[in-house]
Amino acid sequence: MADKMMLIPGRTSKQGTSLNQGKFKDEYKEVTSTLEMNKDDMDKRGLVDGDKVRMWNEIGETIVSCIGKKTEDLSAGLLFIPYGPPSSQLMASDTAGTGMPLSKHMMVEIEKVK
Amino acid sequence: MSASMRIVNGKVYDPTNNVDGEIKEICIENGKIADSVSDEASIIDAQGMVIMPGGIDIHCHIAGPKVNSARKLQPEDHRHDVHPGTPFTRSGSGGTTPSTFATGYRYAALGYTTAMEAAVSPIGARHTLEEFHDTPIIDKGFYVLLGNNIFLQNLIREKRMEEFDQAVAWWVSSTKAYAVKLVNPGGDEPWKGKRNSNVSDIDEKTDDDLSPRQIIEAFIKTVNKQGYPHPPHIHCNNLGHSGNYRTTLETMKTAGDMRAHIAHIQFHSYGGELGKNPISKAAEIAEYINSHPNITCDVGQVMFGKSTIMTADAPLAYVLKGHSKGKWVNVDTECESGCGILPFTYQEHIYMHTLQWAIGLELFLLSEDPWRIILSTDHPNGGSFMAYPKLIKLLMDEKFRHEEMKRVNQKALLKCSLPELKREYTLNEIAIITRAGPAKALGLKSKGHLGAGADADITIYDVMDDKEMMFSTPRYVIKSGHLIIENHEFKTDFTGKLLHIAPEYDKKIEEVVQPFFENYYSIEFSNYAVDDRYLHDHEIIQTGINKV
Amino acid sequence: MANENENIKIVENATCTFCGCVCDDMELHVDLNEKRITKAKNACVLGRAWFAEHTIEDAPAAMIDGEEVSVDEAIEEAAQTLVNAKFPITYGLSDTTCEAQRQAVAISDYIKGNIDTTTSVCHGPSGLAFQGVGESTSTLGEVKNRADLVIYWGGNPAESHPRHFGRYAVTAKGMFTPNGKKDRTVVLVDVRKTKSAPVADILIRPFPGKDFEVLWALRALVKGSKLSSNIEEETGVPLETLSDLAERMKNCRFGVLFFGMGLTMTRGRHFNSGALLALTTDLNKYTHFVAMPVRGHGNVTGADNVVSWQTGYPFGVNFSRGYPRFNPGEFTTVDTLSNGDADAALIIASDPASNFPKKAIEHLKNIPVITLDTKNTHTTKLSHVAFRTATYGINTTGTVYRMDDVPITLRPAFDSPFPDDETILTSIKKRVHELVLAKHYAGGASGEAKVAAINPL
Repeated sequence: MADKMMLIPGRTSKQGTSLNQGKFKDEYKEVTSTLEMNKDDMDKRGLVDGDKVRMWNEIGETIVSCIGKKTEDLSAGLLFIPYGPPSSQLMASDTAGTGMPLSKHMMVEIEKVK
Repeated sequence: MSASMRIVNGKVYDPTNNVDGEIKEICIENGKIADSVSDEASIIDAQGMVIMPGGIDIHCHIAGPKVNSARKLQPEDHRHDVHPGTPFTRSGSGGTTPSTFATGYRYAALGYTTAMEAAVSPIGARHTLEEFHDTPIIDKGFYVLLGNNIFLQNLIREKRMEEFDQAVAWWVSSTKAYAVKLVNPGGDEPWKGKRNSNVSDIDEKTDDDLSPRQIIEAFIKTVNKQGYPHPPHIHCNNLGHSGNYRTTLETMKTAGDMRAHIAHIQFHSYGGELGKNPISKAAEIAEYINSHPNITCDVGQVMFGKSTIMTADAPLAYVLKGHSKGKWVNVDTECESGCGILPFTYQEHIYMHTLQWAIGLELFLLSEDPWRIILSTDHPNGGSFMAYPKLIKLLMDEKFRHEEMKRVNQKALLKCSLPELKREYTLNEIAIITRAGPAKALGLKSKGHLGAGADADITIYDVMDDKEMMFSTPRYVIKSGHLIIENHEFKTDFTGKLLHIAPEYDKKIEEVVQPFFENYYSIEFSNYAVDDRYLHDHEIIQTGINKV
Repeated sequence: MANENENIKIVENATCTFCGCVCDDMELHVDLNEKRITKAKNACVLGRAWFAEHTIEDAPAAMIDGEEVSVDEAIEEAAQTLVNAKFPITYGLSDTTCEAQRQAVAISDYIKGNIDTTTSVCHGPSGLAFQGVGESTSTLGEVKNRADLVIYWGGNPAESHPRHFGRYAVTAKGMFTPNGKKDRTVVLVDVRKTKSAPVADILIRPFPGKDFEVLWALRALVKGSKLSSNIEEETGVPLETLSDLAERMKNCRFGVLFFGMGLTMTRGRHFNSGALLALTTDLNKYTHFVAMPVRGHGNVTGADNVVSWQTGYPFGVNFSRGYPRFNPGEFTTVDTLSNGDADAALIIASDPASNFPKKAIEHLKNIPVITLDTKNTHTTKLSHVAFRTATYGINTTGTVYRMDDVPITLRPAFDSPFPDDETILTSIKKRVHELVLAKHYAGGASGEAKVAAINPL
């Protein structure tokens, strides 16, 4: 399955609290490598909650585990992840002369990690 | 450690002490003017030069939330006017809203040693004090905005005047302010709460049943009663509107014979009908001031070229935005105030702008008491403080004024008396409108003069025929006895002090203010007053001496 | 019965600086023996973690290349590194006091380096939009007192600014909003349904990357233009929804548009922010309307203010010509790193090695980095010189600016053995200045400093 999906990194409560504990602690690492995916998209790929997936684009790649969301909350084709070192691997550095890299809406590909 | 100094052979202009161009020795010791100094003192030979006290800007906008917003707004303004650093002075940028270091150095480079930031909301006072600390050389203070303070307006409406007195003192003391400022009193609530309307008459009662006149009267009474060194500093209602001179006259009449200061009075001296082009009423305004010694004012002269409108008169800024159709900033400040900012350019061919320019000059030239009609451009609203030397030339050199008049809108000149006014200001009068007068109006007894005991803030100019050139480049500038500029070059960096007043109040007033605060403000009451950490080097000017 | 060894202090009206809400009503219970905060009354979940987790860690105050050194040695090495670099950059600053920020700008000025703050990757685009369009805004108390229409665009306050709804904008009761939420209509615009959704009366869900088109459509509707219904195909939002929103905006008494990273970090960046600010300005023809960027960190607003007042520009500033120059895209940190321009970096209270694009992080690994931070991060791990500093608002006092520019003074809870950012930066500044002056005199200047006269004309 090579159709591209759109990744939205963002802030969550857990990401905020766990970064206070420390970025090398397990909780922060876990939180920032948990990917929210639309349930239908997961079904199509034979994924269940907790499965590991490889996420990549022309910039880099990262391995995260996925968790399903209803379409009502997260539309098909969209992915959400609390931002941190994993999501940074996929961020292009071009800021289009503004200083701001495109930190949301990166197009990525997903495949299940065996 | 400031050295002892002796300045010899210079022509001294010290109007406060009746010295008008006399060759006189000036001695400096421990940061103050002294009667004499030891022979070891270093000597400055001021042969062929003119010595004046350091300049004092009684009304400018140089530090605080509003000013910083204006800086952020105009990178294009800064690009054209860079301010390089030196090994011991900081760099910055200029334009009409210079960065803090550039502000201090440039004032000093004009021979100014004191400046008053004219409008700061209480909740923003900390910000102004932080910026002051990064504004080198000059001494400074600020006026705190209280005219649209909802709690104080409530006290006036409810006629709780004793509590009002205490609350005003508390507000001034706890923000470390120098004076009370009123801007378009009564105009905030219509702007924020009634779909951007405004108050248009000094006796107009808003829904809250309070008129601007009632607000103005209350502040004039309490400040005079408490004896602050400077009276309420008032930006009258209806700034900029045709016919507004009536509002200005009524505002001054409200003071009776109590002290009041009218800010940038040029913008408030228009006749004509509302909605149509204004005409000049400078003569009527000057006549009232001339005959009422309790009134002081600063002119707010317009100078052609780029300016920045930054005012707590938010509805005014919005009206101007309608004309310019460019970028505009509005910031409402909870329960207290507001502000509007936009870039602006005064152009010679535009009727209104020429009339404004002419009215300012008329006010100067019709003034019978230069102690009370003081030089300002309401920097940067009327123009940058960097234009002061040119303004001085316009006042001192009638030929130059005449040449400048040829370039402006001729129709506007017909609606004022400027072409007939041939007066030329003398050096003594310039020393009054830029030094002695503002010091007196501000109640700063140790500034604006060169008598023994005064702060050793001194400017020494080469005498030049071209007065603009002369006042642009002082040869020496001394601040608090330190030689800052020598032979036109910066010799050292320096941090001037904060000037503020600390009127006494009954602590119980805090219990009266607190409940209102807890309901309607968004920070905690105990985090509102500014603590002494922000004072750094400071001087408290006494209150209670000029009680009426 | 109180344990007589117990040593509890209560700090009232302390300030939490985790997010831009900068809530100053914290009641901190401090165990002075253990040097930690045991309770943070009024704090949200993020604040509680902030206060609980910033304890004194047993770690060296200063390290060079991972080895413990004295603070003085580290300062010397930091100063030398910065002065000897050709393109030294300073970055971060949003999680420290204004007093420290001022020292950082001074250092950058003296070394003729580059200074940028986390603004460039947060609301920098909104700052650019501000320069083009301006902004009608207010302090948060005005929102509390007056706002009857509250719109959140491109943000998820429930998770990023948990107390925003209660303290300022939705349930908060004010002068003309005595009934709190009942006196308000709340609209949420976001591409996904988040934990903030329950608070909204109206949820609008555009397609990702279409905020500009939606905002521009609203501008047209507000001005009375007719729009075709294919706007829905383009943006995912029906014309009816947009028309209804436009009417509500024009007819409210005091409206507010809060906006977040959904606008600044996506296609269009400053155009998105600019469209929103322009819409707000347009609305003032009909009613009183304000907008406010929702700032992420406790003192990023302070960083904007300090850099602006000292240089004239809010971020992305370069001093290499001896005066400040502003150029986003060239002097902003993602660029100075990704383009390989920076050859030394001073990073204060920030972790770009975690959050920056990969290319920037790769370059950071190749240059000498000096960090000041309260904890171990990916950035401190790759530093040449690392200072462990005290935490602002917990160990130190200082000034911070809330998202609406209101300045607040911090009330610390307990002392730290680590020096604070201001102290370290002041020492680095002094040493840097000495080195710069020495170079200047060695370069042939005569005994008295030959400095360029400041020409006022």
